[in-house]
Amino acid sequence: MRSTDSLIVRYIARRSVPFIQLYALYVLGHGEDGPGGGFQGGVIFASSFVLLGLANGWGYGRRAAPARLLDPLLPLGCLIYLGIGLAALLAGGAFLEYGALAGSDDPEVRRHWHHYGLIGIEVGVMVTVSAAMATLFFEMARPARVQARVDRVGEEADRA
Amino acid sequence: MSVLEIVAAAAIGLGSLLMLATAFGVAVFPDFYTRLHAAGKGDTLGQALVLAGLLCLGGDLTLVVKLVLIVFFIFIFNPTATHALARAGWVSGIVPWVRGGQDPGAPREPGA
Repeated sequence: MRSTDSLIVRYIARRSVPFIQLYALYVLGHGEDGPGGGFQGGVIFASSFVLLGLANGWGYGRRAAPARLLDPLLPLGCLIYLGIGLAALLAGGAFLEYGALAGSDDPEVRRHWHHYGLIGIEVGVMVTVSAAMATLFFEMARPARVQARVDRVGEEADRA
Repeated sequence: MSVLEIVAAAAIGLGSLLMLATAFGVAVFPDFYTRLHAAGKGDTLGQALVLAGLLCLGGDLTLVVKLVLIVFFIFIFNPTATHALARAGWVSGIVPWVRGGQDPGAPREPGA
């Protein structure tokens, strides 16, 4: 245990992660009728992993949000966004015209589907933004010894 | 004015006074640790008192639950942040202030 370690900070950081993530989902759900939305929710969600990394060490945070989980999530959010947009196009509306997804001309039903579509693309935005923010932090904060290992593996791969 | 409104006014007033004392302390105290001492305690209790006063004014259940949660988390995270700051200051070698500008002892090595 190094002198900079504090049991209190480590414990509080670990225990606060689920609350931060729940709050991120709350902010996501409020995007429609108040301040909030996918981007803000995604940043708050990623901040829980940043807090873990800062308080418990880079490796602890990276194990909670490993690259093999985050890397596929980066394009997945874009694909959710694009998929919903194209689905509206296929359903006979314009690109991202969520009302067309209802497949009905009833304005009440179209209004409901408008909300579903909106929440759907916000989820897509949140997935990409949170994965990007966490990846940015963990890549930039990578300790020298980990970087050295990554470089060595890269050089061996180049030689092979 | 109902009793609850008087209690709310008293709590909000006291909380504001504490926040004012906190700001005053941060402005005039001599060094890092003493300023942190003022900010850490006054802020936590001041915010809690203001929010408790707002709680007395009522509102729907959602609002009450939100306010209680905010007070709860402020009481956990504010002292934790103060602790982390003070510890970081000590580890990086900030020497505590001593009355009269006396020699606070041999300069400490960072991380000691």
